[in-house]
Amino acid sequence: MTTTTAARPVAKPATMAQALGRAMRDAMAEDPTVHVMGEDVGTLGGVFRITDGLAKEFGDDRCTDTPLAEAGILGAAVGMAMYGLRPVVEMQFDAFAYPAFEQLISHVAKMRNRTRGAMPLPITIRVPYGGGIGGVEHHCDSSEAYYVATPGLTVVTPATVEDAYGLLRASIASDDPVIFLEPKRLYWSKADWSPETPAAVPGIGKALVRRAGTSATLITYGPSLPVCLEAAEAAREEGWDLEVVDLRSLVPFDEETVVASVRRTGRAVVVHEAGGFGGPGAEIAARVTERCFHHLEAPVLRVTGFDIPYPPPMLEKHHLPGVDRILDTVARLQWEN
Amino acid sequence: MTVQELPGAGASHRFTPPAWSPRTDAAPLLPDPEPYRVLGTPAADGLDPELMRRCYAELVRGRRYNAQATALTKQGRLAVYPSTVGQEACEIAAAMVLEERDWLFPSYRDTLAAVARGLDPVQALTLLRGDWHTGYDPREHRIAPLSTPLATQLPHAVGLAHAARLRGDDVVALAMVGDGGTSEGDFHEAMNFAAVWQAPVVFLVQNNGFAISVPLAKQTAAPTLAHKAVGYGMPGRLVDGNDIAAMHEVLSEAVRRARSGGGPTMIEAVTYRMEAHTNADDATRYRSDAEVEAWKAHDPVALLERELTARGLLDAEGIQAAKDAADAMAAALRDGMNADPVLDPMDLFAHVYEEQTDRLREQAEMLRAELEAGNE
Repeated sequence: MTTTTAARPVAKPATMAQALGRAMRDAMAEDPTVHVMGEDVGTLGGVFRITDGLAKEFGDDRCTDTPLAEAGILGAAVGMAMYGLRPVVEMQFDAFAYPAFEQLISHVAKMRNRTRGAMPLPITIRVPYGGGIGGVEHHCDSSEAYYVATPGLTVVTPATVEDAYGLLRASIASDDPVIFLEPKRLYWSKADWSPETPAAVPGIGKALVRRAGTSATLITYGPSLPVCLEAAEAAREEGWDLEVVDLRSLVPFDEETVVASVRRTGRAVVVHEAGGFGGPGAEIAARVTERCFHHLEAPVLRVTGFDIPYPPPMLEKHHLPGVDRILDTVARLQWEN
Repeated sequence: MTVQELPGAGASHRFTPPAWSPRTDAAPLLPDPEPYRVLGTPAADGLDPELMRRCYAELVRGRRYNAQATALTKQGRLAVYPSTVGQEACEIAAAMVLEERDWLFPSYRDTLAAVARGLDPVQALTLLRGDWHTGYDPREHRIAPLSTPLATQLPHAVGLAHAARLRGDDVVALAMVGDGGTSEGDFHEAMNFAAVWQAPVVFLVQNNGFAISVPLAKQTAAPTLAHKAVGYGMPGRLVDGNDIAAMHEVLSEAVRRARSGGGPTMIEAVTYRMEAHTNADDATRYRSDAEVEAWKAHDPVALLERELTARGLLDAEGIQAAKDAADAMAAALRDGMNADPVLDPMDLFAHVYEEQTDRLREQAEMLRAELEAGNE
């Protein structure tokens, strides 16, 4: 006997890479002004295969292999956006985006402001970032501090498969330029996720408590979220019940969610891969201190990458914040005057 | 050590690459050996009298605009003004060859081109006055904001032209840059993208001799700037930038070519900046009076006036009419600049993001409190 069931979306294991590709595909299908462009994004489908199939489905004009020139790619995207398109630009690797910084800082970030709102630029700039993949020099930078220091840019970074889809859809829909930081070591992380029933597209600028706890708050984002969740599990053995907040968006920064959590727990550690000096953690620690001073049982501490040029692959495990370093820092929160 | 003695040399199979075939025949892309001229040559016989009388009126107006803007800097009404005295033919021809639907991408020096395109002079000078950064809606006038970083607006022109073509519109983008700007990476990347995409773009390089103080010889080793076009696979044209008839003809041809799907063109207009880089510059430190005097004899306004007068196409009455119209423009500009702009400090936070962030709201409140305390 055969039974017929109505076609119903089934959540199957999907990778972050697939969710990102699907987000672009769905945005392109819904809105003919969405254009994907960059080096290798067409025929090859991107070096990480994130754009796989887009050129085939939408044609070379909608998913374009450009000449190899990041300033040219982003500069052309500015002109395209001026004419009403919504370009989604791929920068291939974090350190490859640096030639485009003048376009980014002098034009992309400022166009809305200098034209007093007459000409917003809806450009999404996808930057695969961070280490942990054994990449050689110039392939593993955590460059978020440069972006968050530039007014006019929105800076988001997903840590889950669901957010990869939802935040990328929200970024493409935004009328402001968005730096979309993709934690490349999570590209192959999996979750049960169905593209037919993606999570509701979240508004950009909302942090989430990924794990509730009472002893201290770990504030993190992107590639460090799984490390923090693992550390929180391990900390139970030490008697610590850690709360983990995933920022998801660095600009705007969801201060309220962070402050509410730290006021509950009384202790906070900021965790990220980028260097500590002048890194996003410095700003977050300062804001938490200003807003939670009387609730704090200990100073806000940071676990970050070292203040060094990104190390060679054989040494990166010493540089990247790991579970042990996070636990050692949490132990230091037992502050005694 | 000879090649034969090198380890491994000659011992094994010698690789013969397949025959090389250039993608484009370089010969038709090469510029003329001399800047192209019309005025004072037999080619001037074919001039359109009506068009040339319009050009003359615009040149006189442009010269007057330059004089008025320079005067306004001396009165402190403009923070800075990069003059285009001597370069008016380039600025005006660039504006005249464009249709309303086309786009102009000016540099900070090209306010005259924006004015010749129809923009109110006060709006064109908003940036230089210090009253916000762009005094007009770029979409309304199809004039991109004045670009201060060099050559960075050129890739924008390419992207816009490409987008227009993708949407099926026969829109052309004309982008202006100086000789110094051709050394920037964005110049190279824009030219390359335009040629690869066959984008409907015209690049107009005004070679006015100096990048602030650095002469062309220290800027490039190329035979001419127009030669650079060949390397990208687009035609390079070398034109006398003080000859508005030549400028109009060459620019029109390039715009026509772009509009009909023929791809980009790069034009080097050879001209001279008669005044200093800006009012903050001392041009006597890097060039001689004799050089400046020599260029006076090749003044763009006088060149056309001589030609038209000699041909009986312009009389004293016509000259006076052009002067009167220019004076009227200058008077309106003076009036516009004498009225002090009223700026709202709270506007500082208005256009950073579509929706203000919490952080900006907090800072706006701080400023509002400071302003209210100041008013008490």
